[in-house]
Amino acid sequence: MRGRYLQLLGFTGLIVAIQLATQLTGNPYHLTQLTMSAYYSLLVIGLCLLIGYAGQISIGHAGFFAIGGYLSALLTTHDLSAHKGTAFMWLAKAGVLSSRTGLYGGDLLTVHPWAACLVAIFATVGIAYAVGGPVLKLKGHYLAMATLGFGSIVYRIVLGSAMVGAADGISEVPPFSLFPGLEVSGRAPLRVQNYYLAWGLVIAGMALLLNLVHSRAGRALSAIHGAEDAADATGIPTARYKLYTFVLSAAYAGLAGVLLTHFNGGIGPSEASIMKSIRYVAIVAVGGMANLWGALLMSLLLNYLSLRGYFGTYDDAVFGGILILIMLFAPEGLLRRQLPGELRRLFSRGDAEEAP
Amino acid sequence: MRLLSVRGVSKRFGGLQAVEDVSFDVSQGTIKGLIGPNGAGKTTLFNLITGFLRPDRGSIVFDEAEVQGLPPHQIAARGMVRTFQQIRLFPKMTALENIMVGCHLHTRGGFLAGMLHLPFTWREERRTREKARGTLELLGLSDVADEEAIRLAYGQQRVVELGRALACEPRILLLDEPAAGLNIRETAEVGKLIRRIRDTGVTVLLVEHDISLIMEISDEIIVLSYGQKIAEDKPLAIQRDGEVIRIYLGEGDA
Amino acid sequence: MSIDLFFQYVVAGITYGTIYAVVAIGFNIIYNTTGIINFAQGEFVMLGGMTAVTFHQFLPLPAAILVAVLITTVIGALVEILFIRWLYQPSVLRMIIITIGLSILIRETALHIWGESVRSLPYFTGSSVTSIRFGGVYLSPQVLWVVGLCTLVVALLSVFFNYTLLGRQMRACAANRDAARLCGISAKNMVTLSFMLSAAIGALGGSVVCPITYVKYDSGTPLAIKGFAVAILGGLGNSLAAAGAGMILGALESFSISILPAAYKDAIAITILLLVLFVKPSGLFGSAEAARLKEF
Repeated sequence: MRGRYLQLLGFTGLIVAIQLATQLTGNPYHLTQLTMSAYYSLLVIGLCLLIGYAGQISIGHAGFFAIGGYLSALLTTHDLSAHKGTAFMWLAKAGVLSSRTGLYGGDLLTVHPWAACLVAIFATVGIAYAVGGPVLKLKGHYLAMATLGFGSIVYRIVLGSAMVGAADGISEVPPFSLFPGLEVSGRAPLRVQNYYLAWGLVIAGMALLLNLVHSRAGRALSAIHGAEDAADATGIPTARYKLYTFVLSAAYAGLAGVLLTHFNGGIGPSEASIMKSIRYVAIVAVGGMANLWGALLMSLLLNYLSLRGYFGTYDDAVFGGILILIMLFAPEGLLRRQLPGELRRLFSRGDAEEAP
Repeated sequence: MRLLSVRGVSKRFGGLQAVEDVSFDVSQGTIKGLIGPNGAGKTTLFNLITGFLRPDRGSIVFDEAEVQGLPPHQIAARGMVRTFQQIRLFPKMTALENIMVGCHLHTRGGFLAGMLHLPFTWREERRTREKARGTLELLGLSDVADEEAIRLAYGQQRVVELGRALACEPRILLLDEPAAGLNIRETAEVGKLIRRIRDTGVTVLLVEHDISLIMEISDEIIVLSYGQKIAEDKPLAIQRDGEVIRIYLGEGDA
Repeated sequence: MSIDLFFQYVVAGITYGTIYAVVAIGFNIIYNTTGIINFAQGEFVMLGGMTAVTFHQFLPLPAAILVAVLITTVIGALVEILFIRWLYQPSVLRMIIITIGLSILIRETALHIWGESVRSLPYFTGSSVTSIRFGGVYLSPQVLWVVGLCTLVVALLSVFFNYTLLGRQMRACAANRDAARLCGISAKNMVTLSFMLSAAIGALGGSVVCPITYVKYDSGTPLAIKGFAVAILGGLGNSLAAAGAGMILGALESFSISILPAAYKDAIAITILLLVLFVKPSGLFGSAEAARLKEF
């Protein structure tokens, strides 16, 4: 148990070190990309729990990210001024709505980011609950296709609906003021603050998942992944647990969507695309399917590189290539438990056989 | 007391009547054997009783409650636990962890408690671990506790699976060919183990192909053939039953 | 709705339905032989169209199409040999991910070779404005090419699987791989052959429908999803049912324009897919036992 907290501490140290390093380079954009990377990582670790520990593949998780982000964006940018003087006003008094000046002057009456965030998360969780039930009864290709279908539908809806900006998405999403002085936004002076906020959230989320994985429920999930009928025979309510895991991973994705949207000040349909969903699966795969730390570290690295444009126009191809290479040569991922042992065996050929 | 009552259970798969109108009882504290040639429907019957399949007709009464149609995990929660013909251990988990899963039924911590690492879970985890260790010790497998379960010798794997089932604190244990793949010595050990289990108060219903094992430890034996029950009696009587001999050895010809 | 409009919709439905059916049959052939769902199936169709367009620049049309089909067939074989053949008992999950990755790679390569522009072949006979009169309905001759060629392909496949030695060997392999190997059938080669066959019919379908639907580097993916929906709707592994299911989807999509905004047309296939998966995964015409038989 103590090992877990040591790891978290070590990772926190890494985060701090990275931030100090960027200070040295004097290029502030690094921090922005690293912060975005953090929010994507929040989704990735939730997905890792689902794919790696519960053994359920989802190639549509970008859909949940988009549901969270779009709902929050819509609620915080849709001007309700037209409804002034109607029943909506009690919502304003309750603090749910907020006024601010729009881009072109003029007053905007929108939902307060806190309320919008809660609605978005609830909606994401609710949809995951509704969709998860029937979807998780499926196995193998059928499950993959169903999740692909789900992601596709979300993508088509946001791409085709004028209400959410169609191909342009939603922009001018206001910053999300968490507490006085702490705000999720892309504004330059708040870069460092947002960096630590984002990664702090990831670390907290990671702690929760690490705890889960080492608990009775986590063991049950591994059992379900290992031999579902035996898990059933041992009294584990497999369908329910799979659903909970699905919903939990969707919640992580939705929250990531909400916060990243406020950070970026907007969201577009590409966030719901199948390519994004596949990218997340690729990261989980390369980090080692059932390896939360692997997924997190790979997410930090790969998302950052992708955002910085290191992969250029080959961005999608890189992730496609990663998927193939990992599945062909290292289906357990790169950062797996057996790796040190395997490397040792590789380099000590000719010595006495190691006991298995 | 009748712990398990199977009444008129039938199951058809397309053109094949796998189980036809099978009825029998299992009395508490006894060992009941189930034999029959391959394809007789023994495993299908197990699947029907434990909720993995839904019977087309008939009822299954366990501990005076009807359980047909319930999902497997609920049937296990009521105290009816089964093992599988082909060993179903959880890969990537140690022998100890496999048995710890068996303790799932009698512990509480859920997702939220797990994520927040609530204090009551600390105690629960410790107790689960101790109980699993105790079970392994009883079975004589303490020294392989931390080995990856699927790397153990075949015979040891069977015992671990049995241990996992025992950790569920069952009232009745349904064993599907527990001696499959075991040599004579291991089979005898399994026989002794099953008797010890029965002596602790657990009822046992087992399917086996090893006729000598079944004859030795069973209080009563049911014979299945082509999905139908053709005999139910004490071992000695079964051995002498002409019908049973016929279905196993075929009609006598020149 | 006027009778003319109705028939326009029907014709459009049949045209697109035929292509979906071709993709679905491609899925089924590989699935029957290997149990794998080849997510890259749509890319074969795209490659067929794109390659044909390129070669048409210096070859007459029939030759260009032939070359396109041959090249795509070779690519299908390469895909199988390089990425699938030497895997040892891969899990379903692994295969899904590999073929998804392959689909992405092929698509990205196509992007870098041909760019983002939309291309098309000329109409096989006549042009985009010629039409033949069938009773009160005006049909483009290309539609006849599409339906005609695809029906021919299905018929040939049927003959192949039922009456030729090679076809029977493939079916044997599909039904029971080990037994087939014991009879001396090389399972590995059957797998490669199934990929080649699927690639070939995909490419042919892509070429023949190209004048009507145009082709772009990313035309493959939506086709794969729709093709899969059709395959599942008919019952996975059942190619005759796939033909029928293709018509159903084509018709539904076509008629949907009269009630839904065009943007949602693509979502119909996905909705059908999800409905089938949730309600009756063995498909309209399928049953669990028929699926297990894995016949053509």
